[in-house]
Amino acid sequence: MIRAPDVPPPLGLLAELTHRCPLACPYCSNPLALDERGAELDAGTWSRVFREAAAMGVLQVHLSGGEPAARRDLADIVAAAREAGLYTNLITSAIGLDAPRLASLQRSGLDHVQLSVQDVDAASADRIAGYDGAHARKLAFARSVTELGLALTVNVVIHRANIGHVAALVELAASLGAGRVEVAHAQYYGWALRNRAALMPTRAQVGQAMQAMDAIRAHYRGGPVIDMVVPDYYARRPKACMGGWGLRSLNVTPSGRVLPCHAAETIPGLEFWSVRDRPLAAIWRDSPAFQAFRGTQWMREPCRSCDLREIDHGGCRCQAMALAGDAAAADPACELSPAHALMQALAESEAAVPDGGYMYRGRAVRA
Amino acid sequence: MSDAAPVPERPRLAPGVRLHFDATRSAWVLLGPERIIEMEGPAHDILRRCDGLHTLDQIIDELAALYTAERAEIAGDVTDMLADLAARRMIAAA
Repeated sequence: MIRAPDVPPPLGLLAELTHRCPLACPYCSNPLALDERGAELDAGTWSRVFREAAAMGVLQVHLSGGEPAARRDLADIVAAAREAGLYTNLITSAIGLDAPRLASLQRSGLDHVQLSVQDVDAASADRIAGYDGAHARKLAFARSVTELGLALTVNVVIHRANIGHVAALVELAASLGAGRVEVAHAQYYGWALRNRAALMPTRAQVGQAMQAMDAIRAHYRGGPVIDMVVPDYYARRPKACMGGWGLRSLNVTPSGRVLPCHAAETIPGLEFWSVRDRPLAAIWRDSPAFQAFRGTQWMREPCRSCDLREIDHGGCRCQAMALAGDAAAADPACELSPAHALMQALAESEAAVPDGGYMYRGRAVRA
Repeated sequence: MSDAAPVPERPRLAPGVRLHFDATRSAWVLLGPERIIEMEGPAHDILRRCDGLHTLDQIIDELAALYTAERAEIAGDVTDMLADLAARRMIAAA
């Protein structure tokens, strides 16, 4: 275990301002049980959290949710983040953010906007988002962002319904004036786990998408920066999840619980501390949840003696929990994991399930 | 590491990119979308002149004077660094 004072200061803070969201994306990785509006931290508490974060070394804050624009006091929250000295990134669906409101966020000091787009075609995009007219509003919003001179990233979550369109999605993002495109293959945590069989692409589709990405990167050399979250159900090595548990970033939920990663509450038995009760620096350094998988002491074989243990940190703890039934096991995405074959078989069998519609959060029917 | 790109005549920091002094780590950093680049050596002195007003030649002149170094050597260092940052969309044309 890494002991204080050897715990490095974090660089990034994901601030989940609310779990409320007008969209109902089937790949939503927020938990099944959402924080209620009445439990949300107020702007004054967020302001304190931002000041504490900046004082301990955090450089960037990502204002996320749910849909952060569902907060009426979003401009105050942006201003507080910027006043604390943090690079302020808004992660939004665009719903609830018109041009005047966006301009007010810019005046509050917003540095960057990340907009989600679901697909190239409006009918498909709106079906994925579970919201009629969302796509058209996103395109209009992207124009507002660039007209104001704000920096824009377009994020697309990739899954079976849009994996054939990765090149066209990057082209769409470039045409909207995005300086950066994030092509993120779906990860199956929280609500997304319920839709895994409807979202999972085949191995062949993943291979074709990776080839298409190589071609589009070459085509856009000098154009937008293209970042990718790689699909790991068919991988041989795990991703370096979060850059290491409790090493680079932290996540504050709408009601103030501090998590080492977005999905950490899927791991039973972890004790999370809240910003309502303790200073952020003490939570980062001492809370049981952050200490649980920090460093390498918690590892077993095959991780413990692996040459890559400081590189990939054993992969993702939540995925080890979900698929190997043990959060301290190797991530099954690793070919050295005993659960690796099971994970690949599971992906292949779910990718073969015919399209049967999605389970939308809060809605009774599949569509 | 990405490829190099042409350096604009009057470079400036791209939208969404700014310099920040990181007091915790006692270092200047360049912050951008999902990017944190620690400034080493003369990087901060170069980038704070990327204001859309200085030309590349003026930046090189001022750095050569500041570091009392051979202009040709400074020119290579400045151009290499800015070409790399241009390819990563961290600097842009004025």
